[in-house]
Amino acid sequence: MSHEPAAIQVRDLVKRYEKANFNAVDGVTFSVRPGEIFGLLGPNGAGKTTTIGVLTTAVLPTAGTAAIMGFDVARDPIGIKQRIAVVPQQSNLDRSLRVKEILTFHAAYHGVPRHEREARADALLDELGLGDRKHERVNRYSGGMSQRLMIARALMHEPDVLFLDEPTNNLDPQSRLFLWDRIRALNAKGLTILLTTHDMNEADQLCARIAIMDKGRILVDDTAAELKKMIPGGNAVELRVSLPCPEDGARVLEALRALAGVSKVDELDAGAAPAPEDDPNVVTYRLYAEAAPALVGPATQAGLVAGAQVRDLHVKQPSLEDVFIYLTGRHLR
Amino acid sequence: MNPTAGQSRHSNRFWLAANAFGATLRRDLVVTRRELAQFLVQALIQPMFFLLIFCKILPSIGLTAGNFAALLLPGIVGLTELMAAIQGITLPLVLDLGFAREIDDRLLAPMPVWLVAVEKVLFASMRGMVAGAVIFPAAWLVLGSRYTVRGDRIGELICMIVLAAFAGAGIGLVIGTVVKPEQISLMFAVILTPLLFTGCTYYPWSALSTVRWFQVITLFNPLTYAAEGLRNAMVPALNGHTMPTLPLPWVLIGLIATLGLCLAFGVRTFRARVVS
Repeated sequence: MSHEPAAIQVRDLVKRYEKANFNAVDGVTFSVRPGEIFGLLGPNGAGKTTTIGVLTTAVLPTAGTAAIMGFDVARDPIGIKQRIAVVPQQSNLDRSLRVKEILTFHAAYHGVPRHEREARADALLDELGLGDRKHERVNRYSGGMSQRLMIARALMHEPDVLFLDEPTNNLDPQSRLFLWDRIRALNAKGLTILLTTHDMNEADQLCARIAIMDKGRILVDDTAAELKKMIPGGNAVELRVSLPCPEDGARVLEALRALAGVSKVDELDAGAAPAPEDDPNVVTYRLYAEAAPALVGPATQAGLVAGAQVRDLHVKQPSLEDVFIYLTGRHLR
Repeated sequence: MNPTAGQSRHSNRFWLAANAFGATLRRDLVVTRRELAQFLVQALIQPMFFLLIFCKILPSIGLTAGNFAALLLPGIVGLTELMAAIQGITLPLVLDLGFAREIDDRLLAPMPVWLVAVEKVLFASMRGMVAGAVIFPAAWLVLGSRYTVRGDRIGELICMIVLAAFAGAGIGLVIGTVVKPEQISLMFAVILTPLLFTGCTYYPWSALSTVRWFQVITLFNPLTYAAEGLRNAMVPALNGHTMPTLPLPWVLIGLIATLGLCLAFGVRTFRARVVS
């Protein structure tokens, strides 16, 4: 194990806003390794934005510590601001400036020399697909373009850590995919990224590690794959068969239950099945097992033995939403 | 991580903050230069009408004395400066802190948060100074032979123009950080109107000695000190008789105290609005 300092280190962080009677962030601890994409996943009001606020010097911690690249956020805000960049939820682009100037002035605030900031701005605008519209004002920009421009702006001073607060919220699917690509590409170049989202799919797509937050606390913090393993029976095979006649169902069920490694078999209600059918002879079974993929062959065999026709068979992937529901008993939104 | 990124970074916090301050000021100047015509029109329209009506039309129909122009012009310069400085900072701040958040980019620049507020004050006072200065040639055009400004107190005049603009910008910082976007129209009525009428713009302070209670009230208005200081520097002796003004030391104390108190309070409220 190397002892490279963490890109982000948060210990026992507490934030209680004035006049509030609860902690917006309530004892949060996590660390992010350099070059990692780390996601804070949780519903609105979970404390994600406040946590980012502390890390970006906009919120003063009530207790606990937070450091970026070894610099303490409360003691050395200037050192922090030099090393981070923030892409907020809503556009805060400088509407008095033209597009390219937004980038060059941002770099100027950070002390990037003139010739460098000009070249960097041109390169980033091209990279983010805004090269041919750099002399416009931002009021003509769409939501997706503004988001891309904010990312370009964030990169102008070559930060070590990039904060993305709900980066693709309110974007159309195409802009969203484009942004995901850009985020992955930036990370591939070694940029550490912390993003917040209430979109489990986004967290799943982008993040190497995910902390699930709720009510100011981090409930779990792990890779998406490990998180999904938390759900009992999360590993399952779903088998849909067409029976010769409804009475054959009992025989199929029996055959499936007899398979080695199966802990439980449920016959799903017509409504709960993935694609409900009108045909009463079509039944869906869910087989829970530790090693579900190994059941694909045996389950098919068992179905055939009982005289049924296999319509569909797949290994069920638990989603992060399932994990969240499992942990909190509530849906994400 | 970009391996070269860390090496090219400045580690001197003072250099970083000074550079960020300079770049922020440059940004404001670039934006203002683009809308210079708009800014000047906005700053000049009202004072020009004041001078036209009160110094040209009213004397012509015998309602005010002809030498009223000499008294009014310093008041108008002071008022214009204060208003231009306040407008240069208040409205942008109210909108920015309320919802636009365009200022975030500068709050994330490597400088202390209070320096962002100080830059706003410096920039707004520059606007105030320019607005105050352009009144002179404009007034000369409108007033013609009634334009009378003494030329032997240029140093004092410049000092007054600078101080008045800074005081106005300080007031603007306080208002801009205290007022919420939904209170903007209320602000104009409740804060700016009294400022406008109790500031010795249209009357010299010494003449108020017959209305003592009002004379005392005017001392609570920073505009009084600006207008009286400018009068001291601008109004020529009439028939060998200099017009009495508020004593200069009081003028200086009034303006400097206004700036000091507003800065101290305004920077605190600014901080409270941007760092929670």
